[in-house]
Amino acid sequence: MAKYLLLKHYRGAPAATNDVPMDQWTPDEVSAHMQFMQDFADRLQTTGEYVDSQALSPEGTFVRYDGEGRPPVTDGPFAETKDLIAGWMVIDVESYERALELASELSAAPAAGGKPLGEWLELRPFMSQPPTITE
Amino acid sequence: MDEALLRTLTPTVIGILGRRGADFAAAEDAVQEALVEAVRAWPQDPPRDPKGWLVTVAWRKFLDATRAETSRRHREERVEAEPPPGASVAVDDTLQLYFLCAHPSLTPASAVALTLRAVGGLTTRQIAQAYLVPETTMAQRISRAKRTVTGVRFTEPGDVGTVVRVLYLIFNEGYSGEVDLAAEAIRLTRQLARKTPHEEVAGLLALMLLHHARRPARIRPDGSLVPLAEQDRSRWDTRLIAEGVDILQAALASDNLGEFQAQAAIAALHADAPIADETDWVQIVEWYDELVRLTDSPVARLNRAVAVGEADGPQAGLAALAELDPALPRYTAVAAYLHERSGDPETAARLYAHAADSASSVAERDHLTRQAARLNTQLRS
Repeated sequence: MAKYLLLKHYRGAPAATNDVPMDQWTPDEVSAHMQFMQDFADRLQTTGEYVDSQALSPEGTFVRYDGEGRPPVTDGPFAETKDLIAGWMVIDVESYERALELASELSAAPAAGGKPLGEWLELRPFMSQPPTITE
Repeated sequence: MDEALLRTLTPTVIGILGRRGADFAAAEDAVQEALVEAVRAWPQDPPRDPKGWLVTVAWRKFLDATRAETSRRHREERVEAEPPPGASVAVDDTLQLYFLCAHPSLTPASAVALTLRAVGGLTTRQIAQAYLVPETTMAQRISRAKRTVTGVRFTEPGDVGTVVRVLYLIFNEGYSGEVDLAAEAIRLTRQLARKTPHEEVAGLLALMLLHHARRPARIRPDGSLVPLAEQDRSRWDTRLIAEGVDILQAALASDNLGEFQAQAAIAALHADAPIADETDWVQIVEWYDELVRLTDSPVARLNRAVAVGEADGPQAGLAALAELDPALPRYTAVAAYLHERSGDPETAARLYAHAADSASSVAERDHLTRQAARLNTQLRS
């Protein structure tokens, strides 16, 4: 099994195929979308492929050390063009192909007009433990 | 195997060990070990006197642990020098345990964890699961908390105010997983209310019951939030409401008002209205005035602005809102609501979308997005 991170972006990914902001959908379309996301996570739990998912607030700050005894330096929030992560799902699957398949299903969540959203999700493999047997 | 009984007995047994001279951390460890043994032994061989059994086993665990320490002689001497069980002062052990677990030297998160374990009798695993952190993290938090209160004398008088704040935090966490923290908070507050006549304990218990009564109507099966005005009130638990109102009235009769009684009074007025339109908003505003006077909390002022909007019209609500800091959490959501009521759906839709961006929970964010979507759909048609 291999773990993958599916990253959803508020900003920074290429535009979705059905790129209408959610507050311009009908309430039923919003509900259908939420239900799809819920069902998707539930289904991965039953198949034994779900690890974790979290949503993040859009407001964030960069922080760094600024020397002994000084308060940390912060920067942000950043301009509209900056990449911004909205949330993630971690899956544990048999193969890269399966990870692609699931990411594609998730990207097809229903959106405006009941059509698939077609948003770009970023798929990132986890670094794994070195194998015990190497020769 | 009666888990509820075991959990009720936990604080009592810790208290008895404390009276016999065990320090809190050692007593708590010993009782946890005794609980583990009870879970293993009781199904085959249920004791006639569960409490006596637990005290005996926990005391033996405590002595074993004490003997195993390198400072063995010193500790045993100290234990023997302690007063015999059932010392002359009649102090309730469980009440003392509440005080200890909510000791002001603890951070809120530590006090919550320690209360759930020592007073609530939950296992570290259950607490970790309820707060979505790894078990080792929660175990560390609890053992650090125990070290922090090591020097506190078990009989030291405590502050009910810190205890109710900890119980309030537990209740507000809601529930995710096998442990229902809201129900657990109610159980612990009920138990506390039996041990102290403090009006704010009663006020908090009433507040919890009145909010818990709405739970079946508060969330749709898909997890989305239902606003108070849209809830199916026939699904509110009338038994809990009646109990909450009785407890509140008895507390208010003592004429020692506090913030939890005031909040419970507001919840009771909502519970009183058979439909949302019959809500007594004028009285609710008066209670918010009391709450603002008692707490000077910006959150109370924000909720007061909503109530003013209902009692005196949306313009009055917006005027009350204008006096507050726009950086307050939920400020924009309240502004959106009041603008919609005032007949300005364009502004309301824009503000709802904006409020969704700064929501702090997924359920709230989705709710606000849906409100924006609803208004924008209306505006298009």
